[in-house]
Amino acid sequence: MDMFGDPAVWLPWTFAALMGLSILIYVVLDGFDLGVGLLMPLAGEDEKDRLVASIGPFWDANETWLVLAVGLLLVAFPPAHGIILTALYLPVFVMLVGLILRGVSFEMRAKAPITQKRMWNSAFFAGSLMASLSQGFMLGMYIMGLTWKLPNIAFATLTAVFLTVGYSFIGAAWLIWKTEDQLQRRAIRWAKGGIWGLVMGIVAISVATPFVSTRIFDKWFSLPEIFYLAPLPILSGALVAFVWWQLSRLPLQNDRWSWTPFAAAIALFSLAYGGMAYSFYPYIVPEKITIYDAASAPESLFIILIGTLFVLPAILGYTMLSYYIFRGKATALRYN
Amino acid sequence: MDTLLLSRIQFGANISFHILFPTITIALGWMLLFFKLRLNATGDRKWMDAYMFWVKVFALSFAMGVVSGITMSFQFGTNWPGFMETVGNVAGPLLAYEIMTAFFLEAVFLGIMLFGASRVKPWVHTLATFLVAFGTTMSTFWIIVLNSWMHTPQGYELRDGVVFATNWFDIIFNPSMPYRFVHMLLASGLTVAFLIAGISALRMLWGDKGEDVKSALRVGIIAAAALIPIQILAGDMHGLNTLEHQPAKIAAMEGNWETGPNTPLVLFAIPDQAARENRFEIGIPNGASLILKHKASGVVPGLNDFIAQDGTVMHPRVAPVFFSFRIMIGTGVAMLLLSWTGLVLLRKYGAGHMPRLPLYAFCAMSFSGWIATLAGWYTTEIGRQPWLVQGVLMTKDAVSDVSAGMVLGTLIGYLVIYATLIVAYIGVITYLARKATKGESTPNRGYPRGGEANVTALQPGE
Ligand code: HDD
Ligand code: HEM
Ligand code: HEM
Repeated sequence: MDMFGDPAVWLPWTFAALMGLSILIYVVLDGFDLGVGLLMPLAGEDEKDRLVASIGPFWDANETWLVLAVGLLLVAFPPAHGIILTALYLPVFVMLVGLILRGVSFEMRAKAPITQKRMWNSAFFAGSLMASLSQGFMLGMYIMGLTWKLPNIAFATLTAVFLTVGYSFIGAAWLIWKTEDQLQRRAIRWAKGGIWGLVMGIVAISVATPFVSTRIFDKWFSLPEIFYLAPLPILSGALVAFVWWQLSRLPLQNDRWSWTPFAAAIALFSLAYGGMAYSFYPYIVPEKITIYDAASAPESLFIILIGTLFVLPAILGYTMLSYYIFRGKATALRYN
Repeated sequence: MDTLLLSRIQFGANISFHILFPTITIALGWMLLFFKLRLNATGDRKWMDAYMFWVKVFALSFAMGVVSGITMSFQFGTNWPGFMETVGNVAGPLLAYEIMTAFFLEAVFLGIMLFGASRVKPWVHTLATFLVAFGTTMSTFWIIVLNSWMHTPQGYELRDGVVFATNWFDIIFNPSMPYRFVHMLLASGLTVAFLIAGISALRMLWGDKGEDVKSALRVGIIAAAALIPIQILAGDMHGLNTLEHQPAKIAAMEGNWETGPNTPLVLFAIPDQAARENRFEIGIPNGASLILKHKASGVVPGLNDFIAQDGTVMHPRVAPVFFSFRIMIGTGVAMLLLSWTGLVLLRKYGAGHMPRLPLYAFCAMSFSGWIATLAGWYTTEIGRQPWLVQGVLMTKDAVSDVSAGMVLGTLIGYLVIYATLIVAYIGVITYLARKATKGESTPNRGYPRGGEANVTALQPGE
């Protein structure tokens, strides 16, 4: 193990990176299907099935990234895992209930008697809403250092709303890509409304973060670090402008460019997330515990890493296979 | 009530709800593969019909399994931070391997299995079905490895109270793992066998005479009759293994207070832990000695051996272990009787002309697998108390310091949701059975294989 230097340094780093990556993948992937759930009430009765169909083959695998992220937190940084999750006990509960409601009503709405369909549709929306809001709330609390004080809760409430609207944006962008005609045009309108949530969320977090911690403030506003960070806001601004321009001219003939809003949404989420990761590093519990303090024994991490090196490419491979098989516009879901 | 007790109840409630659905999906995945392979081999459309009906149950159960499983993976952090802090070096890699080798496999290929049939070649679809079944079984393997390690830990060393792995082979192949893994897979097989037999019987009672229903009933009964003797044998061996590694648990299961030879097999009693004796005991003389030591003079451990010098009780609470063990055994015996009776009747009358009485009996036993499985897990898990990891970590040392009110509030929340969902789940399965039964009356249930237009018109999925 020595050939890479001290394993007590690079192993925690690698696992923090892996965990960060799976959180990001989760936020993007489950973000779009939670977003589709959030848009349910806006869709007409006959469009709802199409909305659900567009995420049908994917949502389960998307959620597995959350399990992986929590799993990595659990296995690689046990003390941090305990502190973070006990501090977020209540929002985690709300999120879990939301995810339960959503996953179950996904199946139930199609299988239960038709008279119950309306109810399960509402449960599907409510579940998506609970999950999105609580995730946004947890994000806010995390930034504020995981302490339950009134201003922090207020800020977290704000991020809860922003992330939810942001999810609805990426959901709408997904629909622009995966649907056609009338529904696609409506999705474009939804995306125009939703993008502001994302922008305001990013701005709010960017404004708040450096003021919570002087360490992060110094990290941002000192030379030469400021130059590393400068591309982030510039790129994000350009992306927002690009999305806005695309949204104003879509749909085009032969459905050209319909994938661009979704791709740009992924890029926006990734940039914002990268900025956050950069700011908080090396802390895993903000300002309290670093990834190096919290890491499990190198032997155990090494065992997991070996497996990861083999398995992760396979996972990525068959995930792409699945997106390839279900490429094109969403069609009605059927078992044969 | 304090946080510890409430957290225990909450964990118990969550895992109990979760295990209901894996128990179904693990074996039902293989059963669907079987239907699919029969279809490929014979081209008989009854297998298609059977597949189409049960795949809906599978999809629903799978979704319930996934969402309740996500709850489980958060429970460790929210309620039992001490667990991971102490044994994380062992538990972590095992959980990680479960997620990476099993969860992604099943979750991705589930999409293809459920909705991909018209988009991929038939063999790819069959392969996806196989991979989903394989994934659930892998997932069972890893989680059972972890759970068994908690009962019979080895391959580790303690440094400053924290567990470090020393030998992964010993950890994975810990002494109780093979027994528990086999017993659990068989439990899943039995649960599904009785579910299929029960729902098919229900449809027949409602007047469904479809070939698919008859075949499903036949498959269910034969599978049940084949698996239950093996399960009883496996359970017996499991018990002998437990005797060796967790004698306190066996003492509680047997309701035996004093160590000694010629111990009776207690059929019924009300264990009184305060008085440290059984009331209303009915037993078979020498029975326990015979079963556990294979001779009447065999010495069987008693609960009174597990009282520490200072009077602390180091054995589990007796009554829950004692009763849940009997519920499992009782269900197992009922399964044996019914499935073998069913087998005889099957030979005599054929599936189509089964008398009504056994059909009612199978209906009543539809969810008996759930009862036995839960009872078995309660025996195992409560029997391990006061330890969380036998001999290494006490349950009370792992609990989080969240306030009791918070735990109680969320517990009530979970219970309400779970109760509602169980009712909805069973309701939907009977509704699907009802709908399929009605579909029988329309003559063109038969559709040509591969005849796209017809097929799609009949079976809207998801
Ligand atoms: C004997 C089998 C068994 C047992 C004891 C458990 N599970 Fe489980 N679990 C499964 C068998 C299973 C499964 C068959 O693999 C499931 C059910 C449906 C599914 O999607 O996979 C599953 C799903 C499942 C999922 C969702 C996976 C996904 O996203 O696809 C998670 C996160 C967990 N489980 C976690 C746990 C934890 C933390 C447990 C223990 C405390 C646990 N399970 C006990
Ligand atoms: C799937 C079937 C299972 C069921 C029905 C089940 C049930 C239970 C019950 C009822 C308890 C409470 C015992 C008591 O406190 O008296 C418990 C405890 C516990 N079990 Fe399991 N269990 C299952 C599987 C597992 C698995 C697979 C794991 C871990 C890998 C696990 C980990 C634990 C832990 C950490 C506790 C301690 C918390 C507590 O004592 O309540 N269980 N389980
Ligand atoms: C009738 C004969 C049976 C015997 C002798 C038997 C024996 C046992 C024993 C001794 C245990 C406790 C293992 C431990 O010490 O931890 C156990 C657990 C269990 N039993 Fe059974 N059992 C029988 C039938 C069944 C049936 C019919 C089912 C379900 C369909 C079942 C499901 C389980 C489960 C899920 C567990 C917990 C997991 C485990 O520890 O394997 N058992 N059984």
